[in-house]
Amino acid sequence: MVEVNLWSGLKAFTDGQEKVEIDAKNVGEVLRGLVQAYPGLEPAIEAGVSVAVDGRIVASSLTEPVSETSEVYLIQRLRGG
Amino acid sequence: MAPDGHGTNGFKVVGTRPNRPDGVDKVTGRAKFGADAAAPGMLHAAIVRSPHAHAKILKIDSAKAEAMKGVKAVVTRADFAEGLTGENWNILENVMASDTALYDGHAVAAVAASTPLAARDAAKLIEVEYELLPHVTDVDKAMGSGAPVIRTGAADKSVPEGMHPNVVRYHESGHGDVEKGFAEADLVLEDSFKTEATHQGYIEPHACLAQLGPDGKGEVWCCTQGHFNVQKVCAALVGTDASQLRVTPSEIGGGFGGKTVVFIEPVALALSRKANRPVKLVMSRSEVFRATGPTASTSMDIKIGMTRDGKITAAQGVFRLQGGAFPGAPMEFTAMCAFAPYALENVHQVGYDVMSNRPKQAAYRAPGSPMAAFAVESVVDQLCNELDLDPIEVRLKNASKEGTKASFGPKFDRIGLVETLEAAKAHPHHKAPLAEGQGRGISCGFWFNHGGETAVSLALSEDGTVSLSVGTPDIGGSRASMGQMAAEELGIPYEKIRTTVADTATLGYNEISHGSRVTYASGLATIQAARDTVQKLCARAAAKWGIDEDAVVWEDGCAKPSGPNAGEFEPLPLARIARSMGRTGGPIVGHFEATPEGAGVSFATHIVDAEVDKETGQTKVVRYTVVQDAGKAIHPTYVEGQFQGGAAQGIGWALNEEYIYGEDGRLQNSLFLDYRIPVASDLPMIDTVIVEVPNPGHPYGVRGVGETSICPPLAAIANAVSNAAGVRLKELPMSPPRILAALAAQADG
Amino acid sequence: MTMIHVTTTVNGDEVEFLCDPRETLLDVLRDRLALTGAKEGCGTGDCGACSVTVDDRLVCSCLMLGAEAEGKSIGTIEGMADGEALHPLQEKFIEYAALQCGVCTPGVLVATEALLKKNPDPTETEVRYWLAGNLCRCTGYDKIIRAVLDTAADLRKAS
Repeated sequence: MVEVNLWSGLKAFTDGQEKVEIDAKNVGEVLRGLVQAYPGLEPAIEAGVSVAVDGRIVASSLTEPVSETSEVYLIQRLRGG
Repeated sequence: MAPDGHGTNGFKVVGTRPNRPDGVDKVTGRAKFGADAAAPGMLHAAIVRSPHAHAKILKIDSAKAEAMKGVKAVVTRADFAEGLTGENWNILENVMASDTALYDGHAVAAVAASTPLAARDAAKLIEVEYELLPHVTDVDKAMGSGAPVIRTGAADKSVPEGMHPNVVRYHESGHGDVEKGFAEADLVLEDSFKTEATHQGYIEPHACLAQLGPDGKGEVWCCTQGHFNVQKVCAALVGTDASQLRVTPSEIGGGFGGKTVVFIEPVALALSRKANRPVKLVMSRSEVFRATGPTASTSMDIKIGMTRDGKITAAQGVFRLQGGAFPGAPMEFTAMCAFAPYALENVHQVGYDVMSNRPKQAAYRAPGSPMAAFAVESVVDQLCNELDLDPIEVRLKNASKEGTKASFGPKFDRIGLVETLEAAKAHPHHKAPLAEGQGRGISCGFWFNHGGETAVSLALSEDGTVSLSVGTPDIGGSRASMGQMAAEELGIPYEKIRTTVADTATLGYNEISHGSRVTYASGLATIQAARDTVQKLCARAAAKWGIDEDAVVWEDGCAKPSGPNAGEFEPLPLARIARSMGRTGGPIVGHFEATPEGAGVSFATHIVDAEVDKETGQTKVVRYTVVQDAGKAIHPTYVEGQFQGGAAQGIGWALNEEYIYGEDGRLQNSLFLDYRIPVASDLPMIDTVIVEVPNPGHPYGVRGVGETSICPPLAAIANAVSNAAGVRLKELPMSPPRILAALAAQADG
Repeated sequence: MTMIHVTTTVNGDEVEFLCDPRETLLDVLRDRLALTGAKEGCGTGDCGACSVTVDDRLVCSCLMLGAEAEGKSIGTIEGMADGEALHPLQEKFIEYAALQCGVCTPGVLVATEALLKKNPDPTETEVRYWLAGNLCRCTGYDKIIRAVLDTAADLRKAS
């Protein structure tokens, strides 16, 4: 299981939890697992999220690997100017 | 990907300052920008825009216009695709209003005619009947009770119950216990700040030339930061297949985020389809101000606690961003960037995305971050003043480093904030004496940077020269740095490479030139495409010599046997292999397609001296120094240019630039005369220090540099002006009337 | 509308064109004579991207009517280089990276050449005030000012 940290605005959709455990081997599985466990997260994830894995911000790639020891944070999808 | 073999030394071409490949075109007037194209049989278009901030469109009567000589087509919303959802619907609604005009300048119809003057005349003959609706343009008023609702049902599920319907998105993040942290502080300061909307202010107005036939096949020539995005969005909005639409980017006369957005291309395509002729559409400056760009305006509350020795114990911020009549104000970046320079145990940030009757905000260099830095760094400066602490020492004491838990959650990878602060501290500017009436300001700034979808192709010619095709429009000299990276890998002179920004038919999808991604992502792809080419070159040499491919290495532009065991062969230069490639396996082309995910965040520290005339309220920036981490500067001159340009735009934002709306909700300053961007006589020379803390996510260590440079200036200048004037300025721009008002308020006690 | 016949000189060549009385000199240069080096950044004389010379006087071509060009001598960016030899200002602008996007560059160069003809030894302040009518949004002007001052010094040495 991978511990996924959410931004606190998402607590409303995860029964108040800011950290949830998801069975996943890559970023895509993290996102899919989150939606399965907490369907209320789907709009936010559909709107676009990035995932920080061990401090590296994965903006869009679903294939980036995660492991049980990874530090995983959901953050809002990056855009730039 | 870790920085490989090269390290930061040992480069031959990277780090030098060659002339840009498009230099001669740009200084002779030959470079073709958006409005410089023409096609046989071309028509000219003009757009009819709402003069009202908020109005129901009752009727559009184009009979008189259509009867005019030379008029070939009129389009309204009915001429675009139906049934769009999500962001495509938002873009179409902005490109051409459906039943309601949502801001002054909102497009409601368009006409194509044989000459530009005829098109403008015809546009005046299109009669639009409106029913005026109540409007709101201020962020605090737009979220207050009783504010007119811009659009019901626009809010997403993140918004807490009970908020005004104009609040359409909500963000909350942070960690620790801020109340506990404030209790541990010796001094807690709390203040509110506002910033007005500013425009990206690129000198080239949006322009395009478009053709769409009855067979659904089309061509677009336009100035854009992202032609693949133009292709995707236009196909959806006019209802054709993306691959039937070929988009070629022109030279681009500045973008800064404002040309990441599609405004006029679908209109030209719809007119072209109707008239079955090519259509050219060029915005006027006034249209650019009224209907494109600007940034969000903000209203922010900051609270920070500090111990007597300068340790920040807790920080919190509330950020309200008005982003026009559509969702999308970058409040989550404002919130996430706000405290990023500080290692904090207790931090909490909240963001609101608020709609109002203004144009749809667009990204502007590090969208959302400069405003946050203004508010946060102003309070940090106040704390330093009240506790009599050195602003650089306080920032060093609290600085984020590798491994610090960032204010937005994850741990930082390798970052260079401390290095920029140390370089600022060591810079002579930091200790230089100030004259009477002057003040000094310091600020840090942060931006994420971005990677994104990228495809690059590198083809050899038989004469041993190289054609490098990239898919990211060159906004500030990036073709030079791409050529340098290819030359470095291939071991051939920079002059032997020509870098071209290729059209949508030539390469796979490339994300927009945004997020400071070009030198990072297209650069990484160029390096990998060159390595792919080298592998193919080595294979040809191996076949010629009859040895294993593994036994061939590439050095100094030549294939060589990897050692004595590989056999004795004369090195084969690239040109020799290229000359015979047609007979040794065919054309040699290297390529790379990926979504690089190691952009590497970046920090900057700026120092500025400002002089305030207390009688007139006029401010003069007298000295400016930018210190920023570039990871690795490929072409240092263009890196300096990005630093200087960001600082100059920040000076404009801090001191002059603002969107001024009248009571009627109309924009009052839609010309450069009244929306005054910095001119040469407003600015001093802008000193630069390039810090290089390599980004582990790029083979040479590159970090994007384009955006971070605009993060610190608003705050650095506000601190300098406040220190010079002896009163804290909390609203941008710090125009003479605002400075005089602040001085008067202080005098009144 | 009746068109007006105009005879004028552009970059040393005699040129004839027909134009609408409402067309600006900039419109005529760009749309009728295919000289697209001068740019329209504002159309109100605020940005200087359309700078040309008319009888050696620096003007914003967006503020002058095409019909007013009758009998005049117009100089545009396209006439700045001498054959394949770039003007020293053009060389220096490339070398110093005094341009990023390059859209203001033709106007800046035309304006600068006019300055150096009038004043071969300008101070930094004089260059900044002379170019205050030429907006550049990319560079912060630093490298432009340095390129101008250094070209002026080179030209003084050479003369």
